[in-house]
Amino acid sequence: MPAPQCASCHAARAALRRPRSGQALCGACFCAAFEAEVLHTVLAGRLLPPGAVVAVGASGGKDSTVLAHVLRELAPRLGVSLRLVAVDEGIGGYRDAALAAVRRQAARWDLPLTVVAYADLFGGWTMDAVARSTAGSGRSRACCTFCGVLRRRALEEGARLVGATHIVTGHNADDMAETVLMNFLRGDAGRLARGGGLGSRGEGGALPRCRPLQLASQKEVVLYAHFRRLDYFSEECVYAPEAFRGHARHLLKLLEAARPSAALDLVHSAERLALAPAARPPPPGACSRCGALASRALCQACALLDGLQRGRPRLAIGKGRGGRDEEGSSGATPASQ
Amino acid sequence: MCQVGEDYGDPAPEGPPPPRPGLRSRELKCVKCKEGVPVVVIRAGDAFCRDCFRAFYVHKFRAVLGKNRLIFPGEKVLLAWSGGPSSSSMVWQVLEGLSRDSAKRLRFVPGVIYVDEGAACGQSPEDRAKTVAEMKLILQTLGFPWHIVALEEVFGLSPSVLRCSAQEPVGAVGTYKVAVDSFLQQQHTLGTERAGGSPSPTQGEERLSPPGTQESQDPAGPPPAAQTEALSRLFGSVKTLTAKEEFLHTLRTHLILHVARTHGYSKVMTGDSCTRLAIKLMTSLALGRGAFLAWDTGFSDERHGDVVVVRPMRDHTLKEVAFYNRLFAVPSVFTPAIDTKAPEKASVHRLMEGFLLRLQAQFPSTVSTVYRTSEKLVKAPRDGCAAGPRCLLCMCTLDVDAADSATAFGAQTSGFSQTQPPTPRAGAGAPTEVGGAQDRCQGAGPCGSSVPAGRTPEPASLSSYAMAAVRT
Repeated sequence: MPAPQCASCHAARAALRRPRSGQALCGACFCAAFEAEVLHTVLAGRLLPPGAVVAVGASGGKDSTVLAHVLRELAPRLGVSLRLVAVDEGIGGYRDAALAAVRRQAARWDLPLTVVAYADLFGGWTMDAVARSTAGSGRSRACCTFCGVLRRRALEEGARLVGATHIVTGHNADDMAETVLMNFLRGDAGRLARGGGLGSRGEGGALPRCRPLQLASQKEVVLYAHFRRLDYFSEECVYAPEAFRGHARHLLKLLEAARPSAALDLVHSAERLALAPAARPPPPGACSRCGALASRALCQACALLDGLQRGRPRLAIGKGRGGRDEEGSSGATPASQ
Repeated sequence: MCQVGEDYGDPAPEGPPPPRPGLRSRELKCVKCKEGVPVVVIRAGDAFCRDCFRAFYVHKFRAVLGKNRLIFPGEKVLLAWSGGPSSSSMVWQVLEGLSRDSAKRLRFVPGVIYVDEGAACGQSPEDRAKTVAEMKLILQTLGFPWHIVALEEVFGLSPSVLRCSAQEPVGAVGTYKVAVDSFLQQQHTLGTERAGGSPSPTQGEERLSPPGTQESQDPAGPPPAAQTEALSRLFGSVKTLTAKEEFLHTLRTHLILHVARTHGYSKVMTGDSCTRLAIKLMTSLALGRGAFLAWDTGFSDERHGDVVVVRPMRDHTLKEVAFYNRLFAVPSVFTPAIDTKAPEKASVHRLMEGFLLRLQAQFPSTVSTVYRTSEKLVKAPRDGCAAGPRCLLCMCTLDVDAADSATAFGAQTSGFSQTQPPTPRAGAGAPTEVGGAQDRCQGAGPCGSSVPAGRTPEPASLSSYAMAAVRT
C-alpha cells in the first residue's frame, strides 16, 4: 500500500508518521516542524535572549549533534552566537572516538570548538582512573555519579573559557522522564524538588543552563538526525551497563509501548511535583574551595575529588558523613540539570 | 544500589566477615523477645516469633491511626472491603480492635461495604451470585452493619457527587484531645449509671444499636440486566486496560462515597498496603498525575469535602499482610479483578507492579524508599496559585498549562503542526492527541479544553460524563 501524501506540503510522499500525533509527513516538512517546535520552546521559555553567546555541550552523540545543528539553523533568527564545548572524560575506547566525530562536525559547520579534559582540570583524574580507584569493594562502582558531577563542572569551565553567557545541553524528553523515575526510585527528594523546569536560571554566578530539546521525544531526535544526514557517534559508554539509569530506561521503554505519551506525562508530573519545604534543598551558597555554587561547605565536585585524593573514593557519595571528615559533608550538585 | 541515602562507609575489610553468633537457623531467636522461635522474617533480616509479630502488626495499625488523629471517637467509619488480603486484614484489625478485651479499644463505629464489580470484569451472573453469597457469609460473622452494592448503581447517582461539598472545618490537635476526653468522661458516667442501675446486657456503648438490627443493605437481587449490559458496554468502549483500571477506580470511589454520605459515614477506610501504594505512586507519576500524588497516596484524602478517605494499612507491606493472614486465619475471598490474567505489558499498572516487585527482589529497600519519598509530598499546587476549577471526575484542582506554553502539557496539546491532523479528533479538543481514552485531569474530555471558555458545564450524571470521556 503506497505511503500517503505528506499532510503538510501535499506534494511529496510521506516518509514517516510523527510518534506524537500520528501525522504523516515527508522528510523536509518533518525537519521544518521539528525546528519550529524547538524555536517555539526557546522563545516561549525565554531561554536564549538575543546577543547571548551560547556554549553547546557537544559529546558527539545524537542529541548534542541535533542540538548544535538546529541551533545553528536558528541562530540568525534568535540572534545568538554558538561555541562548541566538548568534554574529554578520559574513557579509553569511547571518548576518543566520540571526540573525532565532534571535530568533524566543528570543521563542517565552521564553529569554534574547545575541548576540556578531566586530566587537566581535575589533577590527572580521568574516568578510567576513577573506575580503577572505586573498583574492588564488591559494591557498584558509582562511576556515573563521578562522571556526571565532574562533567557539569568541566562544561562550566569550558564555557567560561570561551566567554559564553549560556550553556545548552541536548537532553530530550526521554532523558528527563528517566531522570524523574530514577529520582523517585532512589528517593532523591532534593533533585525532585529542583528538577522539572526547562533549566536553571543560574544562581550565584553559575551560568544559566537550558535544554531546548527537552520536549522533543528521542524518536524524533533520531529521525531528524537521519533526515538531515547528520554524522554522529552512536556507541554506548563502556561504563553504562552498571548505571542505575538502565533500570529506569528499561521501564520507560515498556511504558511507552503501553502508552505512547508516557515520556511527556512523566515530564509533566515532574513539573508539577509538590514537595514539602523540609525536603527541598537549602538555598545554595559558595564552595569554600573553588567558589562554585554549593549547598554545603564544599561543592560536590570538590568533595568527590577530595575523596579520590585521599584514597577513600566513596567519601562524598551518600548522605553526610557526620563528623568523619573535617571539611564537611557532601554537597549537592551545583546548578541543577 | 545507587541509593541516595545509602551509607557506604569505609571499604569492606579483607576476607569474609566473621560468622555471626547464632547464624544457623536452629539457633536464631526472635529479635524482639529473644526467646521465641521465629516464624517470619520481615524487613532486612528481622526474625519475629508469632506473638511478637502479632504485637508488631497490631501496633503499627494503631500507631498509624493514633499518629494522625483524624478519627474521632464515636465517628462512623465505612470500611471498603474488596475481599482481598489487605482489606480483609484491615477489617479484621478493626474487629479485634473493637472487642472489649483489647487494650486501648478503638473508639469509632464501623460499617463495611463491598462493591460487586463483576459486570466490569466480565463475570457471568452465576459467578457473581456465588461470589456475593461467599461475601455475605463473611460479612454476617463480623457483626458490623454491612452494605453490598453493585457497580451498576453508579448509573443512579445524582449529579451532586460531582460537586465538592463544603468541608467541615478541621479542628486543631486540641480539638481531638478535647473530643477524646469528653468521650471518655461520657463513658465513665454511663458506666457508673449502669453499674448502679439495673443490669443491662454488656453491649458496647459505642454501637448505636445491637448488631443485626442495624441497617444492612442487602441487594434485593441481581441488578437489572439492562444496567449490567450498559456497564459492560461502557467498559468495552474504553480502549486500553490502563484507562479501564483508572475508570473503574473512579467509579468505585464515587459509589463508595455516595453510600457513605447517604448512611451518615464521615470517613472511609481503604486497605491499600505500603507495596500497593508505592506501585500506585509510580503509576500515577507515569500517567501524569504528579500534581496529585499526595492526595492519591497519602494517609488522608479530603478531596471530596465531607467524607475523608483514610488509608490505615499504609505502613504494612504486602509480605507482612500475607503472613499475618496466614498465621492468624483471616478470612478473605478471591475475586477476579479487571486485570486478572492480563499480560504484563497490557497496562501501566501491571508494568509498574512487575517492575517494582522485580526491583524489590534485587534491592530490598525499593518499596520503602518510594514510600518514604511519598511522605515528603504535600497537598499544594507547586507554584502556590489559588484553587482553580476542579476536575469533575477526581475532584483535584486542574493542572493544565496554557496550550503552546513551554511545558510538557503545552507540547502535548499544541496545535503547532502546520496543518490540521487528518482524523476528526479536533472535535473533542486537542487533548485527545495524548492518545487513547483517558480519564485524567491532564487530558480528559470534561476538564480539558473541550469546554468552551466561559461556560461551566451543566452537571449531568456521572455516567454520561464518563461516557463522553471514553468516547474521545
